[in-house]
This record gives sequence, C-alpha cells and structure tokens, in this order.
Amino acid sequence: MKPPPFDYHGPATLGEALDVLAEAGPGGKVLAGGQSLIPLLNMRLAAPAHIVDVNRVPGLDGIEAGPSGVRVGALARHAAVERSPRAAAALPLLRQALRLVAHPVIRNRGTVVGSLVHADPAAEMPAVLALLGGSVRMASRGGEREVPAAEFFTGPMESALRPGELAVSAFFPALPPRSGTAFHEVARRHGDYAVAGVAAAVTLDEDLRIAAARVACVSVGPVPVVVDVTAACGPRPAASVEWEAVARAVRDRIDPEGDIHATADYRRHLTGVLAARALRDAAAAARGEES
Amino acid sequence: MNETRHRVTLTVNGVLREATVPGRRLLSDCLRHDLGLTGTHVGCEHGVCGACTVLLDGEPVRSCLTFAVMVDGHEITTVEGLARDGELSPVQRAFAECHALQCGFCTPGFLCTVTAFLRDNPAPAEEEALEAVAGNLCRCTGYQNILKAVHRAAELQAELQAEPRAERQTELRVEEDR
Repeated sequence: MKPPPFDYHGPATLGEALDVLAEAGPGGKVLAGGQSLIPLLNMRLAAPAHIVDVNRVPGLDGIEAGPSGVRVGALARHAAVERSPRAAAALPLLRQALRLVAHPVIRNRGTVVGSLVHADPAAEMPAVLALLGGSVRMASRGGEREVPAAEFFTGPMESALRPGELAVSAFFPALPPRSGTAFHEVARRHGDYAVAGVAAAVTLDEDLRIAAARVACVSVGPVPVVVDVTAACGPRPAASVEWEAVARAVRDRIDPEGDIHATADYRRHLTGVLAARALRDAAAAARGEES
Repeated sequence: MNETRHRVTLTVNGVLREATVPGRRLLSDCLRHDLGLTGTHVGCEHGVCGACTVLLDGEPVRSCLTFAVMVDGHEITTVEGLARDGELSPVQRAFAECHALQCGFCTPGFLCTVTAFLRDNPAPAEEEALEAVAGNLCRCTGYQNILKAVHRAAELQAELQAEPRAERQTELRVEEDR
C-alpha cells in the first residue's frame, strides 16, 4: 500500500502549472486535495509519471457566490464550500450534497472540482453539477474552455479533461425563484459511497404549480443520470402531485448494474423510493416549507 | 530506480523538523519513519479507518492521503503533541476515564479528530458528536465509551477554561481588598 514512484512538481503559478502539464502530456496528473487520487496511487490502480501539485498556485481557492450561481475554484475544499454562507444562500443544494460527501475529515482536504474531475458515478458533486446544468472551466497553455456538465462526464471515472489541461473552476448555476432542492442517498455505512442517491430540483410557477422538476441519480449508470420529470408531474399544484407515480418514471429511465453491494433490481427500487422522497422535499422547499 | 528526493521542513508539535523524502512519501510514513514519531498509526492507507488522522494547521486530515512534500512549511500536530508539560489533554484524560480505548490502535486518530472537533464545537449535541467520530473506525469498543469520552472531554475542557478566569477574578478581588 505505497504509491508507485513519480516525478513530483510543485508549481508556484498557474502558468508554471500549465507548462508542466503541457510537457507531461498524458503522463501528467493534477494533485489538489488528493482524497481520491492518493487512494488510487496507494492501491496502485493509477501510476502517473508526473504529479503536478497545484496547492501552491495562488487564486484557485475562490468561492464566488452571486445571483447567477456559485463558481468554485480548483482549490476550494469541500469543507470551505459547505461552510460558506453565501454559497448556501445562493444554492442550498451545495450544502445538502456536501454533507453526504465522505466524512468531515476527508472534506477538509478534498476539493469540489477534484470530485468533478474524478467523475465517480457514485459521487454526489457530479450529480449536482449535472442536475443544475453547470459547467467546468479548463485551462491549458493554449487557452481556456468551458464545458457543460452534459458533455463533461463521459464515462465512469472519465471526463472531457484532456492531457495538458487543468480544471480551474466549476460553475453551479442558481435556480429560478420558487425553486427547492433536496439530496437523499442510501449508503451501507455513513460516509461511504452511495448504493443509490437522488438529487432533486423543483421549480413552481406563480400559482404554485409544477413548472419544472428533474432529478439526478447516482450509482445507476456510467455517469450521473438526469431525468426530467416535469411532464410526469403535469402542471398540477405541488401539493397534489403523486410523487410515487412520478418516481416510477425515474425507475423506468435508469439502467443500473448489479454488484457485490446491491442487485440491479434493488438499485432501481431504491432509486424510485429516494426520488419520491427527494422530489417531495424539493417541492416543499420550493413552497418555502421546511422539509 | 533513483528517485528525486525533496527537502521538507515541517513544524511538528511546535518543533521545526527537516526530512529529505521522495515525492511519494506519505505524511504518515514521514512522521513515523523519517521523524520517528510512531504515535500516528497506519491502518488502511486509503482514508477509510482514520487511525492516521493528524492536525494540519489545526485541521484534522488523513496523513495517509497526504504527501509530505505537499505540506512543506506547514504545521502538524500528532498525538504526541496533545499533552502539555507532561499532563494529558482534556480529550486524553476523558478517553482514559471513560475507558474509550481497548487495544489503542485507533486511539491516536480519535484523539486528534476529537481535539479539533471540540475546539470548534465546545458543547456538542449527541448527533454532532456521533458525526464527528463517524469517520474513525474502532474494532474494540463498540463506540459507546468513545462517545461518552467526547462529552466528558467537553466538560473537562470547559472546567479548564473556567479555572484561569476564576483565579484571575480572585486576584482582582484581593487587589480591591487592599
């Protein structure tokens, strides 16, 4: 359980980091919090030739919250985003999801952008980015590009990040007025990756009828699975929607796989139960009620 | 193979320490093998068990998920740094009083985690205490006495913080009497 050898680089500026990454090419791997990468190295599931530690690069730890949403820098730790009152006010879903990410001690080091780039289909933050239709900004020596969530997650542990690129920030767009969110998951042990989990966002119109409702499901596909259930809800008042019936639409749209933790059928069932709970809570929050 | 070695300077338990390590040296191994501080225990080496938890600039982190080179120039507190002048810290005393350890392997990680937790939350509710220690595994105690120790440590810490103030007040009163 020791990491394989690698060349360590500790750039002091963004430009230096991008130069090192450009030279390293496919053999380069960015190290920020290390809470996913270092276990992979310790278990020798990954053996990059070059590790580029960006912890000394200034200006990457920003958390900018405004009416349009929250932009999180590459070095913003889970704990910092979880504790940010402005981020929680702009997007309560961030805190709802972050409290489910591993344990507080892991969240002290792990970064939100790192979780996105790691792209584990069982992780919470990719589901949040996918649900909100956010994006990831990547820098390379050639310039910057911003990739939407729908194109960013390309497979299990695979993202659109190319060799030589550094994910410098992620943007989580805010929801319209009269919106509510919730995140529910079931894990074998507290802090473990979820067997199944559902993030939900519900927006109401001026008459408090469902204007938009969607969920993002974790652990049931190669990437976070976003299902729009607005049509299944119908333009009904939020209070009279049968969430169990809506959850059936979610169950029909997912194609989970079985493993040692749960069968595919159990995952599908669980996702339905969690979708109903998350949607009901999100609708209650949209009406301004405590869930 | 010849690995490049890096010079790192760490302030460990208030003492400036230097080590020359390869990039892949885990902080846990640096503390134990390079600096001889074997109080930090190594359990799973992938961040699950929490035995290797130390304080990095005051915040609890997994030393097995940190490279020593990443924290060059930073402050580390290990279990060896919790006692002051040979006296156990409130958290350490509470663990002893409440029988919160049996084999003791997991204890250094619990002590560091709980020390930082009670600094930030000096009077935790039951659920908060439970959440705080949920990232540390213990295969002996069944956790009940550890939870008791968290609350007992909070009491001891409160007493300790109240004491110097009481002494100061006495001194003031003495001056007034004069």
